[in-house]
Amino acid sequence: MALPLLLAACGTAGGASPQDAGPPRPGGTLRLGISSNPDCIDPQQASTNASVNVGRQLVDSLTDQDPKTGAITPWLADRWTVSPDSTSFTFHLRSGATFSDGSPVDAAAVKTSFDGIKALGAKALLGSSYLAAYRGATVVDPATVRLDFTQPSAQFLQASSTMSLGVLAPAAFRHTAEQRCQGTGLIGSGPFVFTSLKPNQNILLSKRTGYRWGSPLWRHQGEAYVDKIDFRVVPEPGVRSGSLTSGQLDAITDVQPVDEPQFSGNGFTEPVRPNPGIVFNLHANVTRGVLTDEKVRQAVSKGVNRPEVTSTVLTRNYKPATSILGSATPLYTDLSKELAYDPAGAQALLQSDGWLPGPDGIRTKNGQRLTASVLFSAVFNQNQSVLELIQQQLRKIGFDLKIELHTNSEVTRLQQAGDYDFLWYNVTRADPDILRQQFSTKTNNRSKLPADNPLDASLNEQSATVDPAKRKPAAEQAQRTIVEQAYSIPVFELTQVLGVGPNAHDVGFEASSRLQLFDAWVSGS
Amino acid sequence: MLRRLLQAVVVLWAAFTLSFVILYLLPGDAVLTKLGSAEGGPSASPEQIAALRAEYGLDDPVLVQYGKHLLAALHGDFGTSVATGDDATHQVLTALPPTLAVSGLALVLAIVFGGGIAVLGTFTRTRWVSQLLLSLPPLGTSLPTFWVGLLLIQLFSFQLRLFPALGSTGFASLILPAVTLSLPTGAIIGQVLAKSLRTQLAEPYIEVVRAKGASRRRVHFGHALRNAGLPALTLVGVVAGNLLAGSVVTETVFSRDGLGRVTAAAVTAQDVPVVQAVIVLAAFFFVVLNLVVDLVYPLLDPRVSVRKEVPAHV
Repeated sequence: MALPLLLAACGTAGGASPQDAGPPRPGGTLRLGISSNPDCIDPQQASTNASVNVGRQLVDSLTDQDPKTGAITPWLADRWTVSPDSTSFTFHLRSGATFSDGSPVDAAAVKTSFDGIKALGAKALLGSSYLAAYRGATVVDPATVRLDFTQPSAQFLQASSTMSLGVLAPAAFRHTAEQRCQGTGLIGSGPFVFTSLKPNQNILLSKRTGYRWGSPLWRHQGEAYVDKIDFRVVPEPGVRSGSLTSGQLDAITDVQPVDEPQFSGNGFTEPVRPNPGIVFNLHANVTRGVLTDEKVRQAVSKGVNRPEVTSTVLTRNYKPATSILGSATPLYTDLSKELAYDPAGAQALLQSDGWLPGPDGIRTKNGQRLTASVLFSAVFNQNQSVLELIQQQLRKIGFDLKIELHTNSEVTRLQQAGDYDFLWYNVTRADPDILRQQFSTKTNNRSKLPADNPLDASLNEQSATVDPAKRKPAAEQAQRTIVEQAYSIPVFELTQVLGVGPNAHDVGFEASSRLQLFDAWVSGS
Repeated sequence: MLRRLLQAVVVLWAAFTLSFVILYLLPGDAVLTKLGSAEGGPSASPEQIAALRAEYGLDDPVLVQYGKHLLAALHGDFGTSVATGDDATHQVLTALPPTLAVSGLALVLAIVFGGGIAVLGTFTRTRWVSQLLLSLPPLGTSLPTFWVGLLLIQLFSFQLRLFPALGSTGFASLILPAVTLSLPTGAIIGQVLAKSLRTQLAEPYIEVVRAKGASRRRVHFGHALRNAGLPALTLVGVVAGNLLAGSVVTETVFSRDGLGRVTAAAVTAQDVPVVQAVIVLAAFFFVVLNLVVDLVYPLLDPRVSVRKEVPAHV
């Protein structure tokens, strides 16, 4: 058999190491393996990770956000002003930017685009939540547009930097929302343009020639480096990483913890960024069963060994939660002391509260067992293993956590109905206002808090001003209240882990940990 | 013939209705699934959910929904996919060719290798060769398709770099998935054919043929195989279904588009229009395939006729 010979021949054909790649050079195709089929690639409608990573490359936003500092910086808008009560935002657009159909990116186009997102309703799941209080836009002059809100919306400034509020050409809205999902009429002003889409196969984007209005945060200006981006849908994780190591792909997303060791010390790189927003957490419904007892919730928080979760079920790339917000979120507050593992403290707290160990080790009080269930779906692959580990950890303090796997639709339904003890989820958002979305009594109120709770005031306060000097203390107070009252028990930060082959370079992340491919380039192909 | 057509229509209608009932009985609906698949995201307000439901007609009474779908389906219109926004019929028809290509090749491989093993295994006089060959089909049915696919990719794509690991472009991309898919199917064909070959070889008429002085080869291939082939042929109709079911796994492992992927995604998303389009199409294929098998049968075996239905007890 010729088999050993062939194997030997392959072994010697190694790739170039990143060091001898030289300066960035234009041209070539970036073949990027993604884990699931993007159902809809319109950035305004996209809400799954696979979709937003594609959509982000097609549109520019009014502003950009610095991934390092969280600061909002210019992009399509040179500068902006915000009314003192954060209900009115005036953007001054840069000149010269055009959509890929040749039409100008002017105030009227911006208005059409924002009105379009608002009209999409729940189809634009993320965008419509950012525009919940959107009253309308006014064209002040061709280069100036004002957006008004019915209530203070400090979060909107950061929202204006996301792909969900990315600007599409007026011509795009002559197509239906469904058509845009499939790429038809998806006309943006971004550094890449939509070329083709084959469901379950690949999505091809091409470089926009003549592009020169990139965000000043990017490493270079002018056109993108690569001629084409070929997003390949590769659902099976082993095939994804094998295709990368065998050179059939240049980069992949969603590297699974078990596959990570393949990419160390062999010319491959592993860019990593934790997601900003709400970390994976056990969100308590404080109106149900034992979770009505504040001391029980606090004991659960002390009984979760977060570093053990990341080191055994996940990898070093994942961080234990140190607040309800991820560490990459602007105005995040480090509460690692409050979230330290303290099983003795948890036991003492429960003991003093009258919860005494029963014959099977689970505590009881007045005949009530110390038990609650957690609802989750398999959106993140490791969810089940993480929760099983937490279940074991909590058993040690005499708490019986029941884990209930449901389909996405069932979780949504139960969540809407308020029919849960704990919810297990995370939300990606590079703004602390995401706390108001999930905790305020006026929005989702996932904890089912009463109207007079101590949290609402600080949540409202942080939403009323874009001034960090006033906003920071309010956001900090909100995080502190949530952690101290254990309205929710933060566990770990979702992290994007990429695998990048020796021929691909500068595949990076923007502030919301979505892919930023403008600076990416390929060598040796 | 008219009766057969009527049967076909009933089968199609039953498939359509059953799929609707099953999807309706599942808790939740396509809109909730769509909103729930957003990565933990800000949940929509109940008003927004209601508006979306109304837009997709999911708030109509169940009989109205059923009637609407059935009426449209009669015109070949299965509606718009809630998950992708694509036309359901279009989505299914574009997924059909890649699945047919792999399944077709897999069927050919299954017949050639499964049949070959059965014929050689029963023909050879060397006992151990026969035993080895005939032990292959049971082994083939017990190997998980998923595992075989990954193994083939690992060896022939990642190590030897002979075939692409992913995609549906070019003939080379067909080979590994078709081999993977042909394994369980070929095993079934091999098992059935080997069994009926043995049965035939033990029949008295074979003795007669032998007594007339026919060679061993002539007896085996000319007489026994011809008669043993009939049950195996009817089996093709059944294994075609296996191939479609197996395509869910092979298409996922080999990152291909196709009916399997579309069906799996649509069922997960409770995307009624797409599931119904797939099911009606699949039912249509079965009806046609079985009709073809029934029509070919009498050509091979003159004792069987299509027109005259032979009572079972004769």
